[in-house]
Amino acid sequence: MTATTSTPKSDSKQLEHRARPGQSSPKLAYLPIIFLAFAIGVPLLIIVIYSFLEKPSQGTGVKWVFTTENYKALFIQQKLDGTTALDTRYIKVLWTSFIYSLITTIVTLILSVPVAMWIATRDARRRTLLVALVTLPFWISILIRTYGMRQIIADEGPIGKFLSLFDIDWSILYSPPATILGLIYVFLPFMILPIYASAERFDFRLAEAAYDLGAKKLTVVRKIILPSIRPGIISGVALVFIPALGSFLQSDMLGGGKTNMVANVIANNFGQARNWPFGSALAVLLIVLTLLFILIIQGVSQRRGDKVELV
Amino acid sequence: MSEKFLEIRNIVKVYPTPEGGEVRALDDVSLDIAAGEFFILLGPSGCGKTTLLRSIAGLEYPDSGEIVLLGDRIDDKPPYERPVNTVFQSYALFPHMTVGENIAFGLEMEKIEKDEVAKRVVEALAQVKLSGYENRLPSQISGGQQQRVALARALAKKPKVLLLDEPLSALDLKLRRGMQVELKRLQRETGITFVFVTHDQEEAMSMGDRIAVFSEGKIVQLDTPVNVYRRPINAYVADFIGETNLIEGTVVASGISLPGGNILPTNQLAEDSVVPDSGKVTVAIRPEDLVIATDGIIGGTVRDVIFTGDSVRVYVTVGDTEVIASLASYGTQIPAQGSHVTLNPENRAARTVAS
Amino acid sequence: MTHTHAPTSKRGKLVDLRNFPGFNPTAWFVLFFLYSPLVYVVIYSFNSSRIGAVWESFSVKWYGKVFENDDIQRALKNSLQVGFVATLLSTILAVMAALGLLRMKRAGKAVAIALIGAPLIIAEIVLAVGTLGLFIAVGVPLGKIGLMVAHTAFCIPFALLPIRARLSQLDMAPFEAASDLGANERQILRRITLPLLAPAIFAGSLLAFAISIDDFITSFFVAGPGATTLPVYIFGMIRSTVTPEVNAISTLLLLFSGSVLIGSYLIQRKRR
Repeated sequence: MTATTSTPKSDSKQLEHRARPGQSSPKLAYLPIIFLAFAIGVPLLIIVIYSFLEKPSQGTGVKWVFTTENYKALFIQQKLDGTTALDTRYIKVLWTSFIYSLITTIVTLILSVPVAMWIATRDARRRTLLVALVTLPFWISILIRTYGMRQIIADEGPIGKFLSLFDIDWSILYSPPATILGLIYVFLPFMILPIYASAERFDFRLAEAAYDLGAKKLTVVRKIILPSIRPGIISGVALVFIPALGSFLQSDMLGGGKTNMVANVIANNFGQARNWPFGSALAVLLIVLTLLFILIIQGVSQRRGDKVELV
Repeated sequence: MSEKFLEIRNIVKVYPTPEGGEVRALDDVSLDIAAGEFFILLGPSGCGKTTLLRSIAGLEYPDSGEIVLLGDRIDDKPPYERPVNTVFQSYALFPHMTVGENIAFGLEMEKIEKDEVAKRVVEALAQVKLSGYENRLPSQISGGQQQRVALARALAKKPKVLLLDEPLSALDLKLRRGMQVELKRLQRETGITFVFVTHDQEEAMSMGDRIAVFSEGKIVQLDTPVNVYRRPINAYVADFIGETNLIEGTVVASGISLPGGNILPTNQLAEDSVVPDSGKVTVAIRPEDLVIATDGIIGGTVRDVIFTGDSVRVYVTVGDTEVIASLASYGTQIPAQGSHVTLNPENRAARTVAS
Repeated sequence: MTHTHAPTSKRGKLVDLRNFPGFNPTAWFVLFFLYSPLVYVVIYSFNSSRIGAVWESFSVKWYGKVFENDDIQRALKNSLQVGFVATLLSTILAVMAALGLLRMKRAGKAVAIALIGAPLIIAEIVLAVGTLGLFIAVGVPLGKIGLMVAHTAFCIPFALLPIRARLSQLDMAPFEAASDLGANERQILRRITLPLLAPAIFAGSLLAFAISIDDFITSFFVAGPGATTLPVYIFGMIRSTVTPEVNAISTLLLLFSGSVLIGSYLIQRKRR
């Protein structure tokens, strides 16, 4: 009998070559993970920690004394005479942010479904051009886009001038509608693109079958097309509602600097108001709300069997 | 007795199923492949033939068992340490490299000198009749040409064993037939042992020196094409290879009683047929071995007659089964549809097979 | 959508089943809506009048002012420096993450994906103030270096996007073939994986660069004096003065980001 030789190999090397070829070692991901643990994980950790600390008597930063006052301060106000009363300011801010995001989501949704479907039913060449046109603003600086919108809706801007010809007063800047308009403007591509991705995959022959069976156009849209682009709609809602909730610039530049959205209050507390612990508590609240809404959206999509991937 | 070349011993490969059970892709498979053979692994999809091939290549690792090449165990070595190369079903050419670079790649891994590499690339291309194609990109050549580049890329390394995973399945019929001849020629010229996976039994028979017929993770029959065809070991092989009529009969004193009442005498069965003492038995007769005879053993009504050019196929209803006879088209009286005919097996071609 | 020929009615007139009532005008309106502020900014950057809203005549003087403005030049230099470093680092880390994640176990993979995706999910203000807290607690001087670190972190998910997309498209067979032909994992990485990923890596780096250049909130909070980036400077200008100079810089920034993005898009389309 011929003797069989076995190559001496350490255990780890054996395990290594049992993986599929082309799949590099997981160790490659260690450096990025460590870096991100430091650059992302630790800041988040600090925010959480600071939310439980006290504000120093002078200057910025924190005093290392544990307290839950910051969270209480979200709802309760210490009056000068020592009594406590319900403080609705921050509840209002949260509610305002929620409402603004909701309106933004609904409006962008109503506008985006027709646009996405329209693009998806054009011929191939025009489609790529149209998608590029919608994608470009998506990537351009939000600062510039918001600033451009501000100039357009300014009292003396083009809309104002046009309406003054009919003696109609136009003064929308520095008010909630301006903020909402800015949010809608900035987030429109965030809604169009995911819905388009779904619409593009729709097999139009299904609609043709529906027509053949006697359905009219609107019925086809309602009963055939909309259900199949649901995953895109859910993606779009997630991509608009959640970032809009935490948006900063629109309220700052268009709302008149009145701190009426969560991000603005947080920024204020880390800036002028010099209350880092309170700002941190608010930030923690925003994180919790964000995660909550993500879970809700995932739950909705999973229950109906759609698969929605955010990253 | 020459030394053993490629021994596959007791290979077991088990996959878990989503329901929680397991499926045996390879169920204690053993076989010996001789040096210089054109060896075929044949079977329907899911039978384990591809899993075995990939196990030899090192792209799958068996749960137990050994693979020994020229006395060395290779089943615990990664693919890049085995003197074995694969021609993939999808060709798997590197899209970002030219034809020449694709072929040179394997040689560069062996740290062969540049001049030698260039020489071998030219040789390899000549071998597959693609001289001059060095600078083309895979996207610029046809499917058939890509397939030949994949072949050249593997052959250039002069492996001890060349594994081919259904390489011709994507080609159209004419191209496939041409490549089958080419591959046989290449194998003879190079003398390299080929292990070829296919589900096409015609392909297997025309190319192989020996065929291993697989079913559900086991080798059912291992023999030359002639023997696999003429002496199928059971109903599965008889049915998978070529076309067979499988007729249920009962053993009686003088032979086998067939549907329709007539008896097939034992001395008319193939010599190596095994006939049990009593009970039911399956008789296998190939359509081309049946002829129309007056007073034949198998009788029934003609359901359909189909003329295919070089033959006439007659579908006869016998009892509750159907028997197909393939008759030569010239010089045969073609029976009318609905008429009663009797058939006889020729030349002791009928045989019993295990079910 | 799958495209079939539109059927004709009995009279031979083309019955258009693909156009739904109201969709066409809505689409045009939305496109107009998306671009009019940008078009306005570009057009009014050429307004010779100092009062932004009133058009006087065509002039490029504001562009001249931009190039003369030392503060702007400095801010631009800062933006470019931070941008280049952040792009380089984030792209390298993104490639490593993309490859390493393929074989990570579930627990580690979940942590990695959470950390990478955090900037996309959590409002930027939160990470910005957290980073500020981190730098002050650790004692990192608030300057360009800190900014580079912060930018790298949120650029990684963007650089990762095209790379992961391309990885998921790649067929397993060429990698098996490379291993079959004698290449070990390192050789496969060098000669097969990276070359095949190259266009996606480049596209990712362009995305990261555009994101870094355009960033405002983090740059606003984490940069100290001397590390002002262009968007932060523009924000300050908008707060104080409302001259067309702002439009001029904005237009330039727009053009720059736009061309970087078009470049990334074209590259991703070319190598198919």
